[in-house]
Amino acid sequence: MDSAAQPAIQVTDLSKSFNGVQAVNGISFRVEAGQTVALLGGNGAGKTTTISMLLGLLSPTGGEVRVLGARMPDERHKVLGCMNFSSPYVDLPKRLKVWENLTVYAHLYGVRDVKRRIAELSEDLELSSFIKRPFGDLSAGQKTRVALAKSLLNAPKVMLMDEPTASLDPDTGDWVRSYLERYRARTGATILLASHNMGEVERLAGHVLMMRAGQIVDQGAPTELITRHGRETLEQVFLDIARAGDTVPVGAAS
Amino acid sequence: MNEPDSICVPQAAFSFRRVLAVMLRHLYVLRRSWPRLLELAYWPLIQMVLWGFVTKFFLGHSSWVAEAAGVLISAVLLWDVLFRANLGVSLPFIEEMWSRNLAQMFVSPLRDAELIAALILMSLVRTLISVTPAAFLAMPFFDVWVFELGVPLVAFFANLLVFGAVIGITVSALILRFGLGAESLCWLGIFLLAPVSAIYYPVDALPGWLQIIALSLPSAHTFEGMRGVLFDGVFAWDHFFWAVGLNVVLLSLATLFFLHMMKMARIKGLLMQQGE
Repeated sequence: MDSAAQPAIQVTDLSKSFNGVQAVNGISFRVEAGQTVALLGGNGAGKTTTISMLLGLLSPTGGEVRVLGARMPDERHKVLGCMNFSSPYVDLPKRLKVWENLTVYAHLYGVRDVKRRIAELSEDLELSSFIKRPFGDLSAGQKTRVALAKSLLNAPKVMLMDEPTASLDPDTGDWVRSYLERYRARTGATILLASHNMGEVERLAGHVLMMRAGQIVDQGAPTELITRHGRETLEQVFLDIARAGDTVPVGAAS
Repeated sequence: MNEPDSICVPQAAFSFRRVLAVMLRHLYVLRRSWPRLLELAYWPLIQMVLWGFVTKFFLGHSSWVAEAAGVLISAVLLWDVLFRANLGVSLPFIEEMWSRNLAQMFVSPLRDAELIAALILMSLVRTLISVTPAAFLAMPFFDVWVFELGVPLVAFFANLLVFGAVIGITVSALILRFGLGAESLCWLGIFLLAPVSAIYYPVDALPGWLQIIALSLPSAHTFEGMRGVLFDGVFAWDHFFWAVGLNVVLLSLATLFFLHMMKMARIKGLLMQQGE
């Protein structure tokens, strides 16, 4: 499960269709342990569908997903304890207080010293001023920090993050990105990030997978992509790719 | 900050800690929500009062009720066990869907069977909170002591709790598959079974073809057993074993159905899409 030679994530010829609509179409990539890789693409490009398959929430129509060597979703229980996930598109129970939510998830992940771990994360992510408030009463920025705390409870080896700074103001977004940089540097965790925030991707990711209409249409380090496309920013590359070729499949999960 | 070692050890195939974690999520909500606690106890109390007055009336007008004064109140309280046991499973499940929490739960090491176990145990907690006040208040209000049923009451309670859970699991599976638009099944589904559960009348009061359906349900055997104790002072072992056997079969089928719907949800991408 934790061999040094094996990649943290290995995706081979992965496809997913919903009622005849091809949301992900034969993509292959690998993410080495300790790497931060970004899935970049517009709405409907297939980013969230890909992440869902990596998490074992969605069964592929074809191809294979392996996380830390385990085939998803069939062997998900071998590795779910060392993965975690954060997304603004899923929630935590709103009536539960922040510490209650974290306690429930700490037990689900088998955290040994629950109180201590929550105290550590509370200090690290500056939750203490609202840890006794119901999750539903928090601002978007506070909710993001709580979701981040939840995703760090088990000190995951693999973190999957779906648009982690969506709907945050620039200051809070910057704070989250800085935290992720420090966390990766400190732990050597593997991070796969789905985003359409170019600044975030340039800052965090060493490798970018550009998706359009369910396919990987280009990939490389941010600077390589910019050079290859003869552009000055990753945003310009993104617009080139997003506006070229096929239309986005209607109804595809993203 | 010192990061702990990643919890990257093989997870147990079944963990009571994870079951308790799911229960804890619902107990946190219950413990500080007095309207929820009140709501749980409210209907059984109202039903008990209503059927208490009906009993009082029939005591003077029906020789059948006069033979066993507690038959209607006992029946209504046991019916509430079945009803609440069903809601005790299905409501916590749809609460996870309302709060868009299902995806978070299923990317944790929680297993489908652990979720089912947690929902059944929560159903036990919620059912006890629901019916206990009404069961105790039936004595000062109408001079009916439900606990007079003795040890058989435990058997009736257990069988109805399990059958209620069977219905709750089935309804939860259907809501997972068809979405929150089907959430009214939580309340409506069980009433489909009420006429053939022979709650207030014996099974032989039903037409012949309905008796066959009634006797294929653990609930009808349980209510027959209750009347056996109240009218004849005899615990009907045959009805008890039928109820247990049917519950084992139906619980297995309901669990398999739920697991199948979870598999379908993974194919159709339903786990990421739930919520209001």
